[in-house]
Amino acid sequence: MISLSLAPTATWYLVLSAVLFAIGTFGVLVRRNPLVMFMCIELMLNAVNLSFVTLARELNDINGQTIVFFVMVVAAAEVVVGLGIIVSIMRNRATLTADDLAELKG
Amino acid sequence: MILLGAVGVIVRKHPVHAALSLVLTLFGVAVLFVAQEAHFLAAVQVIVYAGAIVVLFLFVIMLLGVDRVENLRTEPLTAQRPLAIIVSLGLLGVLVAALVSGSSVLNERGTGINVPDLQNGADANTVQLAESIFSQYVVAFEVTSVLLVIAVVGTVLLTRKNKIAAK
Repeated sequence: MISLSLAPTATWYLVLSAVLFAIGTFGVLVRRNPLVMFMCIELMLNAVNLSFVTLARELNDINGQTIVFFVMVVAAAEVVVGLGIIVSIMRNRATLTADDLAELKG
Repeated sequence: MILLGAVGVIVRKHPVHAALSLVLTLFGVAVLFVAQEAHFLAAVQVIVYAGAIVVLFLFVIMLLGVDRVENLRTEPLTAQRPLAIIVSLGLLGVLVAALVSGSSVLNERGTGINVPDLQNGADANTVQLAESIFSQYVVAFEVTSVLLVIAVVGTVLLTRKNKIAAK
């Protein structure tokens, strides 16, 4: 059956996760909008979560899924704090690019 | 579909479009979680990521009124894009090489983590995950709840302090 031969294997999942991670890295490096950079960081976290779940199934170990659970919780907290910081910065300025943020410069 | 959404996040000029592409990717990852018998994590993925986090992104985009089109043509730093392409392709190469060299570990494929708990029916994955979280990692679980409280309080403080200063 074709569907069996095309059934995704663990290697397929891990390669997909690596590609997602690389795309997220590229986005963080290139995009200048802090919101989009945050989205790319979420992308990278999801790639890692996908590889964790794949390895949890392959290695027959539930702890991988436990770690993914904790990663999700911490990612939610991180997004909340990050967006709060972005909101509090952007209230006082009109532009929204990461290049303009130099408040901490001495 | 997942890769389409991921590419959409980084190439769409409009931040709202990027957020919607992110939804596509997150749903795709949730589907892959279901396919890998991680049912609880798939539900959490849809609720937390595709629900809460993306709505939060869209809310901030609308709130700040920053839904302007970003100009992707101009390159802000010299040679930034080629360097970024090189770095991400190198990262991809390193990851795939590690995968190829380590793939022998994956061949000892187990019977699947759900099989010992099949008598629990459809809840097998959730039951196993709960046993792991609430027995072995209960301290970490409590610490993450404290972390969430700190994050909420800190965000309220961050945004509120600024409002007072603006008055």
